[in-house]
Amino acid sequence: MSDLTRPARPIYRNISITQIAGYRLPLAGIISILHRISGALLFVLLPFVLYLFDKSLTSELSFRVFKSVASGWFAKLVILALVWAYLQHFCAGIRHLFMDLHIGLEKESGKQTAAAAIAVSLIFWVAIALKLFGAF
Amino acid sequence: MDTGAPLNSPSRPSAQDSAGRPTGSKRLVVGAHYGFGDWLAQRMTAIVMAVYTVILLLAFFFARNFSYDGWAGLFAHPWMKVATLLALAALVYHAWVGMRDIWMDYVKSTALRLALQVGTIVWLAACAAYAVIILWRV
Repeated sequence: MSDLTRPARPIYRNISITQIAGYRLPLAGIISILHRISGALLFVLLPFVLYLFDKSLTSELSFRVFKSVASGWFAKLVILALVWAYLQHFCAGIRHLFMDLHIGLEKESGKQTAAAAIAVSLIFWVAIALKLFGAF
Repeated sequence: MDTGAPLNSPSRPSAQDSAGRPTGSKRLVVGAHYGFGDWLAQRMTAIVMAVYTVILLLAFFFARNFSYDGWAGLFAHPWMKVATLLALAALVYHAWVGMRDIWMDYVKSTALRLALQVGTIVWLAACAAYAVIILWRV
């Protein structure tokens, strides 16, 4: 059979941003794309973080502004998204540093550490969320 | 990453770039940028920020009352200002390398990619300036 009679087969050279949702990634792949998403989110929201930092530090008066801004439901949602992104990026980043030292590169251990990074970041996320909402 | 496979074993022709120069372990070391500096800086800045994060988390969880005096007092210490500025410098470099990676991977148009990269630099430089102003006033 010559090449001409064969139906053209799809070629995926690089994952386009529009294809991300359609891919069934392994856990290590999910944590990889989450690293990009959380990193980009932190980059975009950096001015908001600095704005909160500014209001919280400048004076007693601005501290009260900070508290009222941060107590709004929408601001709390944004802060929770920020905290998740930071913790996810932090835990996945620590995993990344260990992999650079050739620790946990195998398929199975890579999957386990990916699960651990997601779990640890979620545990800290809940703890910080409870602290933010005044549970302790 | 070490895959265990010899890159330049006798049975395989040694890897070459498009100009026929050897790559991998046989690469001629010259002054050109191959991305290793950014790769290493990404790791070093990450470690700086990780240490700062632990300091900040400890301060946050051990704060008895989250009052203005306690919070502002923490950042009034010169060592905390230095640590914060250091972490900020690390953040700016780290975010630049990371965002540039994202633009390089997903944005195929050179003009758009260049515009986004310039925008990233302006965005980060403005954030850094804002952060310096904040810390200056405490």
